[in-house]
Amino acid sequence: MAGSGRSGQGPGAGRYWIWGFFLVLFVFHHDFWWWGDRTLVWGFLPIGLAYHAGFSVAAGALWALAARYDWPAHIEEWADQPSRLAAADGPGAGAGEVRS
Amino acid sequence: MTPEAAASALPLIVIAGYLGLLVLLGLVSSRFFKGTSADYFVVSRSVGPFLLLMSIFGTTMTGFAMVGSTGKAYTIGIGVYGMMASWSGLIHSAVFFVIGIRLWAMGKRHGYVTQCQYFRDRFESPALGYLLFPVLVLLVIPYLLVGVIAAGKFLHSTTAGMFPSVFPLPELVLADGTTRPHPLSGGVPPWLGGLVICLIVLFYVFFGGLRGAVWANTFQTLVFLGAGLIAFVLISSRLGGLSEAGRMVAESEFGASRLARAGMVGHLQFFSYCLVPLSVGMFPHLFQHWLTAKSAKSFRLTVVAHPIFIMLLWVPCILVGLWASAKFGAGVNPNAVLGRMVGELVHSPILTGLVGAGVLAAIMSSLDSQFMCLGTMFTNDIVVRRFGRHRFNDREKILLARGFILFVVAVTYALAVYLKDSAHVFDLGVWCFSGFAALFPLVWAAVYWRRATRAGAIASLLTTIGVWGVLFYRDILAVKPAGAGDEELLIAGMMPVTFIFAAAAVALVVVSWLTRPPRPETLEQFFDLPAAGAER
Repeated sequence: MAGSGRSGQGPGAGRYWIWGFFLVLFVFHHDFWWWGDRTLVWGFLPIGLAYHAGFSVAAGALWALAARYDWPAHIEEWADQPSRLAAADGPGAGAGEVRS
Repeated sequence: MTPEAAASALPLIVIAGYLGLLVLLGLVSSRFFKGTSADYFVVSRSVGPFLLLMSIFGTTMTGFAMVGSTGKAYTIGIGVYGMMASWSGLIHSAVFFVIGIRLWAMGKRHGYVTQCQYFRDRFESPALGYLLFPVLVLLVIPYLLVGVIAAGKFLHSTTAGMFPSVFPLPELVLADGTTRPHPLSGGVPPWLGGLVICLIVLFYVFFGGLRGAVWANTFQTLVFLGAGLIAFVLISSRLGGLSEAGRMVAESEFGASRLARAGMVGHLQFFSYCLVPLSVGMFPHLFQHWLTAKSAKSFRLTVVAHPIFIMLLWVPCILVGLWASAKFGAGVNPNAVLGRMVGELVHSPILTGLVGAGVLAAIMSSLDSQFMCLGTMFTNDIVVRRFGRHRFNDREKILLARGFILFVVAVTYALAVYLKDSAHVFDLGVWCFSGFAALFPLVWAAVYWRRATRAGAIASLLTTIGVWGVLFYRDILAVKPAGAGDEELLIAGMMPVTFIFAAAAVALVVVSWLTRPPRPETLEQFFDLPAAGAER
């Protein structure tokens, strides 16, 4: 996965919580219990639509937690290292430059 | 021009003003152009969190999001939000998180600007690069068509009645033999609206490169989010308020059934839509936007805010579509639903123009990146690859990209004019997304599975295009028998993407296991990321 836990300790516990939360959201996306319900929340918002709008907010919360607890901070350093592929293709194509 | 005529043309003047601002933005962004191909193609990898969020969101949301979602909500009701928007909120950010950041890092380290360059190196196969290019172009074309058709249709319905002597339409003959004026008579025809939109996008992409597109996308995202909100408030107010609009739908014979999913959407159909948002993992224009990021940290805001932005845009559109189902009843072209709601209910010409500008903003913010990525791919993956990277200087590479963009715009425009009356924006969009989603196993395996091989990648690609092509032909191109409806093609109750995706994944895994793995020294270039990361 993209993220990693604290240095040298393998994937942190945060990662398991994040992907557990992802799995829960994935399963609860299918709200069959409101499939035929035409109730209007606050008089205008169909209940199935209200549920899925809330689902979107929950997805935002999930990714906020992922950004906080499972962010792949090490990847910056890796990206800045010189590339043997780029070097083999000629000058002017090191890290961050265009190889075209 | 009489005062009445001037007032009736006000929406068009507002839209023209907005388009003029985009041209100006293109000119200003060109002043910041450094003259290098790195700057033209990936903005010198300098884009920060806010611009990345706005450009990625603007690129992902197209005519599909505003015109298509409203029309589909009118057709099948609220189920469209769960099928597209809430799945996308969850899955898009997941793909940005697990694929996008890694590809950004590989792009920065190895100097890539296109997907073909990455896949060619990862799978040690120049042939894969040449094979992937036409497949990506083929799949982007329907996406471009979605934009151009939606723009033309929307302008047509929004400007209806403004130019009765210039763009008249024949009267409609009703079933009882009587006639009535064509509701779209006097509107700017789709061929002209589409042409103007293509030319404006062409202008700022030509001169500003991807920087022009990033700046324009940011401006356009702000405009379409704001305009969507204005349209929602004005339309609901004209209908007597939110509760009154809700009551109207609940009491409408045609509209009430659209408040729920029973009878409108099947369970398997609803679930199988989860595969469609995986398409963002293989969109070439999104790949290019990822590469513009200044650092991995730039992705944080995008990953977190994307689902919320989707909700802010889609919920109002779905509600407007529901209200349209009660107001119009059956028989309205889904592509024209939003335009008609705005045209008939928003009586302020200036606000009508602003909303029109917002819809065009959503459409153009995708078109620019798609045109740009096709020019980038043609230059880097075909011409430079074929003739050698030292054969052309930066100026020549940019010229090549511009030439190919011009060619693609011309082809897209011609196809859009030809298909404008037969293709549904939403359905065409779903087909495009389905094709890209079926390529997701390929990018996943390239990033995470060392055992994935060149032969496996090629087999997966060929399988995707074969299965997608057959099903696309059957659903969109083939002549339907008399009496056939416009329903989505479902196979065993599921979206076709399920089967295209499964076939592509099976081909990739089986052929990879049967063939020789890539060389260790190649894998080392892509899989030497430390297992555990540094401190944040």
